[in-house]
Amino acid sequence: MNTVRKLRMRQAIAAAMADEMAADPTVVLLGEDVGAAGGVFKTSEGLLEQFGPMRVRDTPISEMGFLGAAVGAASAGLRPIAEIMFAEFMGVALDQLVTEAAKLRYLSRGEYGVPLVVRMSAGPGLGFGAQHSQTLEHWFAATSGLKVVSPSGANAAYGLLRAAIRDNDPVVFIEPRVLYGEREEVHAGDDAVVPLGKARVVRPGEDVTVVALGQTVRTAMAASAEADWSAEIIDLQTVQPWDRETVLESAQRTGRLVTIEANPMSGGWGADLAAVAAAELFGRLRAPVVRVTCPDLPVPFASALESRYVPSPDYLRRMITAVVADNRLPRAWWEEEQRA
Amino acid sequence: MRELLEHETSSPAPEHPWLARRVILSDPVERYRRMVEIRCTEDSVKQLFSDGLVAGSTHTCQGQEAVSVGVAVAARVTDTVVCTYRGHGHALALGMEPEPLLAEILGRESGCVGGVGGSMHLSGKVIGLMPTMAIVGAGIPIAAGVAWAGQTMQRDDVAIALFGDGAANIGAFHEGLNLAAVWRLPVIFVCENNLYGEYSSISDTTAVTDIAARAASYGIPGEIVDGQELDTVISAMSAAIARARSGEGPSLLEMKTYRYSGHSRSDTGAYRPAGELESWLARDPLEIYARRLVEMSAASNADLEAIRGETRQSVDLAVEAAKAGKAPASDVMFRHVFEDVR
Repeated sequence: MNTVRKLRMRQAIAAAMADEMAADPTVVLLGEDVGAAGGVFKTSEGLLEQFGPMRVRDTPISEMGFLGAAVGAASAGLRPIAEIMFAEFMGVALDQLVTEAAKLRYLSRGEYGVPLVVRMSAGPGLGFGAQHSQTLEHWFAATSGLKVVSPSGANAAYGLLRAAIRDNDPVVFIEPRVLYGEREEVHAGDDAVVPLGKARVVRPGEDVTVVALGQTVRTAMAASAEADWSAEIIDLQTVQPWDRETVLESAQRTGRLVTIEANPMSGGWGADLAAVAAAELFGRLRAPVVRVTCPDLPVPFASALESRYVPSPDYLRRMITAVVADNRLPRAWWEEEQRA
Repeated sequence: MRELLEHETSSPAPEHPWLARRVILSDPVERYRRMVEIRCTEDSVKQLFSDGLVAGSTHTCQGQEAVSVGVAVAARVTDTVVCTYRGHGHALALGMEPEPLLAEILGRESGCVGGVGGSMHLSGKVIGLMPTMAIVGAGIPIAAGVAWAGQTMQRDDVAIALFGDGAANIGAFHEGLNLAAVWRLPVIFVCENNLYGEYSSISDTTAVTDIAARAASYGIPGEIVDGQELDTVISAMSAAIARARSGEGPSLLEMKTYRYSGHSRSDTGAYRPAGELESWLARDPLEIYARRLVEMSAASNADLEAIRGETRQSVDLAVEAAKAGKAPASDVMFRHVFEDVR
């Protein structure tokens, strides 16, 4: 049944899991405090009551152990959703994802698939400090055999998560923590499944293509709200494999490409877009590709620092205004201040 | 949850030759033949590497044959085995034929995974062999997860994790055993304690050298087993499997065994104390079992001699057939990264 409801992103995530669990008895959820507590960010509220402890399992604080168990279970007939509370906790479990889950289908000639979703909260902006605030898409995006997805709000989270659960291969689902409480109209139901690998044009425009991901889609919308240029805003949605067709078509049409990223410059997802655009659109862009990112630093704690570290709508507007004005590469704020 | 059964893959075709090789292990003489086959195959693997015919590394298991065959005898074909890069013996014991194994090691398209895997990466779902894991300890939580799926779907299959003593010191061991214990999962953790983790002696790396003692930390049964005695391995495995199947949870079995070769092909084992190898050779699992078959009047010495000759010959033929296989065409490497990529 298709419905439209106003939901917070955390509720939309719970709804997507509930709908898939109701439709398919092999879908199970495991993670730290996902059951009785409903998830520390309340992303699984009500699931234990609805589906019982065999399908909604609290785990020890053992990311390597329970993610490995999820990989094994996925190879043996279940469709597990593993919740990693903070993306950084993948550091103690990375082997199971990048070296086991991503390779088992390949190393078994397709006999052992791993239909696994690894959900994790991520991103700066809430004062969680250097070890609980990174986005980390690039840890996973460079590994063949994984798909990497990040939603920009409640509606996208619902549709993308349902697609991720239905996918027969491992999908990393990175949830911007700063959006969990944000409310949005959510189209729910089987027709609302959003295919992986497709970007979404959030707003059409003419002067510049701005590609955003996760929490930066809002930054892009706010930055271009009252600007004297017209931006085509694209929500990338899937980082791996990313939607070249949509991004390149738009950038060729507008002649300018800007990425807005909540991660450090080095190795960020925008680097791949910039490289492909530079090669594929050589001579057809009016300006150099501009990557608007965080500086190459750990995420600082104090709100005065963190709010500067994360690109703000004002900063993004200044950068876009500069490149639209003279088609030259504007310098990042930390370069202007000669800090790096 | 019974409706889940319809999601299971259909049972493998009974005529598959690997399954037939599993079934015949009910005959004790065939168990001996299989151990001889593993020994011969591993000797050939070593030779192929020495001859420079194979790239990368290899990890052979001469001396540990009774563990491989004992596990294969005790397990059902619907049980899942998760083992390590020292997995040639397990693959053969479970039913894989020597030729696709050798072809995989040689990087041929006729290899068990088409040449994308190599010595450390064998697989065969028809015999319950998950891709062999080349990361120490990685298979331990994975086996727990296979068991978790079985528990959730109300099957009575079990999962078996095989790993070395070196894996007992990596985090995955602790996390996997703890999770299996708190969830009472139908999994058997089988440590092949061959006294060395890579080039280092267990006494230099491990505070308590009886790995089975760790079981107490998880409140599960732990047992030291003579890994050179095939019948002892079979009975210990059978008991642990029966326990897991009946819902009583996991066990940790420590097979005391020995690898005659070094860790990998470049390791000559020079660090081993004088006399150690000889003392283990005196307890060779093939010779122990041969004596037992003669005592039981299941075979004569002449029969066993004939088996050794026949097996050496059949493995030699498999080596030649594997060598004659063609190199994989480049489209092979593009297959099976994702389900939708062919």
